[in-house]
Amino acid sequence: MDDPLVIAGQGFTSRLVMGTGGAASLEALEQALVASGTEMTTVALRRTSPGARGSILDVLRRVGCRLLPNTAGCFTARDAVRTAKLAREAFDTDWIKLEVIGDDRTLLPDAVELRDAAETLVDVGFTVLAYTNDDPVLARHLAELGCAAVMPLGSPIGSGMGITNPYNLRIILEQATVPVILDAGVGTASDAAVAMELGCDGVLLASAVTRAQEPALMAEAMRKAVEAGRLAHRAGRIPRRLYAEASTPTEGVPDLTDRPAEGTRDPEGQPRQPDETVGRAG
Amino acid sequence: MTVIVNGRPADVDPGQTVAGLLAGLGHPPGGPGIAVALNGEVVPRSAWSTTHLDDNDRLEVLGASQGG
Repeated sequence: MDDPLVIAGQGFTSRLVMGTGGAASLEALEQALVASGTEMTTVALRRTSPGARGSILDVLRRVGCRLLPNTAGCFTARDAVRTAKLAREAFDTDWIKLEVIGDDRTLLPDAVELRDAAETLVDVGFTVLAYTNDDPVLARHLAELGCAAVMPLGSPIGSGMGITNPYNLRIILEQATVPVILDAGVGTASDAAVAMELGCDGVLLASAVTRAQEPALMAEAMRKAVEAGRLAHRAGRIPRRLYAEASTPTEGVPDLTDRPAEGTRDPEGQPRQPDETVGRAG
Repeated sequence: MTVIVNGRPADVDPGQTVAGLLAGLGHPPGGPGIAVALNGEVVPRSAWSTTHLDDNDRLEVLGASQGG
């Protein structure tokens, strides 16, 4: 593990965090998780019945993923805190992906409720990974109040629009004191690569894989995109410029003019023959 | 008496505990992977066998499901 992602002291080799929502079946999900190489996977907490055949927990156990419960579907800090506490009871983890949504149509975070919930959960000992707007000020507040990671959206959940405001994301990254994980909006592999190239510490995605026509194939693409983006970020890209800059040296370019240069005739005024001065090859 | 479990009415004996109700529903002992809210409040696993239900109590029995 020469370049691990470290969240709250826990190291991860993979910088791709997978959500599990939207998969057509547990079998398809398991194949996608394996192909993604992920080491941490989100789950939701919902009403359960004891007779249900096959469990997502069994899948995650087989794949060997760390469980990251979420508070999806919560609209208030109160509900999010209760859901986090229930998740802690159910799954024996104090890690929580905190998600407090403002409305059903955009699924955008409610900044006020999110901040309140984050503060409460940090105070009672949760390791909070906060799903947030791409708002640099809010991201800073969340980090300052003790969130273990901030997870700004690229664009709305499930929209597949990629990173719509890379400039805000750059500001968030520049001032970051905790890991920044791009969460939501990734549509295809290049979106994940761009996030990592910009300097994100990781990418969290679900729909882009689970709703792809070939989820396992897309999961592999995402794994490679995250790895490639990370390497490119560490390598340091060249600056963008409007005009070209030749990569081939301009020194030593031959002069291929098809006539003699001025002022190089011999004393008799005859043009000098090339073989008199240069000699024949061979 | 009647309690509401995951939105549906269920008949239970007076004084039934959370643990007893879960067993009656068919959950394995200890309920691995599940959590219980009673009238909106978390009931810690350690309190399942000592928490008695009242008429019209609202229980949520929750477990892992797919989610982003």
